[in-house]
Amino acid sequence: MGYPVVKGVSYIIAHVPDLVRYGSKPAREIAKDPALLEKINASLRSFDQAKNYPPHQAFIGNIKPEALWDLERPWFEHLLADSPRESAWGEIMPEDEFYGLLKIVDVFDLIDLTSEFTAIVKPKLENHKLIHAADLENLGDGVSRETVAQKIKAGALPLMLGPELVGCIQDGHDEDHNLTADILLENLACKASGVLAMRRALHSLNFDPAAIDFVMNTGEEAVGDRYQRGAGNLAKAMAESTGCYNSTGVDIKAFCCSPVHTMILAGGLIHSGVHDHIMVVGGGCLAKLGMKMKGHLANAMPIMEDVLAAFAVILGPDDGRNPQIRLDLIGKHAVSTGSSQQAIYEALVKKPLERFGLAIPEIDKYSTELHNPEITEPAGSGNVPKNNYRMIAGLAVMQGQLKREEIDTFELKYGMPGYSPTQGHVPSAVPYLGHAREAILKGELERVMFLGKGSLFLGKMTNLSDGMSFIIEKNKGQ
Amino acid sequence: MFKGKKVLCIGERDGIPGSAIAECIKTAGGEPVLQLTQCYV
Amino acid sequence: MEDQGLIKKTVEEYGKENVVVVLGSPDAESAEIFAETVTTGDPTFAGPLAGVSLGLKVYHILEDEVKAQIDQAVYEQQVGMMEMVLDKEAICSSVKRIRESLD
Repeated sequence: MGYPVVKGVSYIIAHVPDLVRYGSKPAREIAKDPALLEKINASLRSFDQAKNYPPHQAFIGNIKPEALWDLERPWFEHLLADSPRESAWGEIMPEDEFYGLLKIVDVFDLIDLTSEFTAIVKPKLENHKLIHAADLENLGDGVSRETVAQKIKAGALPLMLGPELVGCIQDGHDEDHNLTADILLENLACKASGVLAMRRALHSLNFDPAAIDFVMNTGEEAVGDRYQRGAGNLAKAMAESTGCYNSTGVDIKAFCCSPVHTMILAGGLIHSGVHDHIMVVGGGCLAKLGMKMKGHLANAMPIMEDVLAAFAVILGPDDGRNPQIRLDLIGKHAVSTGSSQQAIYEALVKKPLERFGLAIPEIDKYSTELHNPEITEPAGSGNVPKNNYRMIAGLAVMQGQLKREEIDTFELKYGMPGYSPTQGHVPSAVPYLGHAREAILKGELERVMFLGKGSLFLGKMTNLSDGMSFIIEKNKGQ
Repeated sequence: MFKGKKVLCIGERDGIPGSAIAECIKTAGGEPVLQLTQCYV
Repeated sequence: MEDQGLIKKTVEEYGKENVVVVLGSPDAESAEIFAETVTTGDPTFAGPLAGVSLGLKVYHILEDEVKAQIDQAVYEQQVGMMEMVLDKEAICSSVKRIRESLD
């Protein structure tokens, strides 16, 4: 049997403007200057603005990322008219429904929603094809506004919908700093968005959840208590809420490099026969909401980090049809690799290709960190994918595989503009997996390389960074 | 320029990382006393 | 910049006159923000160096006068590819302008 295949991929976005205040940066800044909250609230996008935002439509798969080259910038001022909320692979969910979903996946009654709000959101969720009767039971009928107000007085965090108070989330323990309401909200937001992506992936493939053996979560949230900070296994909690009853799971931690690590690990587990079908999931990252808001506010832009993004991938044994992961062509940044960009790209790109006798221009597309530049540039963080493509091109020039003057055009031919919400691990190469699978199935592409990097040094345990790469290619069994 | 100096190497993840700067500075007689690599994503 | 507190502490420990800064920013805009942060103070007013004028000598690793001080083989290995890839001229001129404005 050949290498494992990518059977299906889903991407979802949850537009959560009223959770921006709970992002790490906004929460710290609001504590210093409470008047800032008003400025933030005045700079948020409506659901339609988020839905019609071209990069979001590329993320959920309704337009190709390359189509963004031809759309006028800034994209946030040149919205697509009447874009669909759904795509074949995913959806963009509005905030009220996402609050409902938070409640549905909350098994410890941490969240309370008001009965007025619940009455409004319930019919919407009843009409959602991925929300079932058992979910509506978990949603319940809500509590009185007074109960919510009392809990907030006792320390719970308010959940707002514009100016309306619609609920709250309370601490999970009186003394445990790892179970405070803000941390639990981060964890639940990751769980809810990840579950939505998993249900989408199963639905779009018409795949039986009971046939999933193992769930691997790549999200960044540290689920745990005071004795085991970041102890984990949100994957198993997500499997439970997705009906993957025959599955257990595990969280894979490697900063933003986790999705690429996890794809390779999942491939290895399938190829060795340990598991049959694996779901790789990455839930959204609440902490990153509003991270670059200062740059956005200074440039009189809307706060662009107002969405949670998540993805899910179903991997299985070779089926003779779907694109395969070349487990013999993995690139890795070893401890001895060194920290220079040249060393990193040699390890991730040059080495695996050399093993196969391929030159850099012989890969059809490179999927690197696909952070949307419209979010990063106003904050002075540059255009991440463009930089990455220039580095791959620079490496090709050093190998004599490309002319120096081709560095500028490399991204147009072998890359794409960044279009992913800046959700840490989510932009790390995997947003293109769905597009790549489709293009390979259509015969438009033969081989695509995915490379991710992780800033391990941020955790203060090493000065090293991390990096991994893999290649998917057309299934020769067709 | 760097001889005998304490050098703060402030790199960036998508530019030149702090530790790569430090490797260079050592050969110029400077002493890297702080290596930082900024990451904004 | 997130690590301003650490930079401030390190400078206090060794004394301004003994400390030099070398940047590795990938574009002129971020190089300028960092260079300003360690000279006239954090221009974004987001961290502990807001309004603190450290007045440090600041260079970028891509500047020719910096390169001239470094072992060529090491420089090539650590920085060579980035010298080709980044907009060296724009980055260097913005850092140089801020450094020279202090003299």
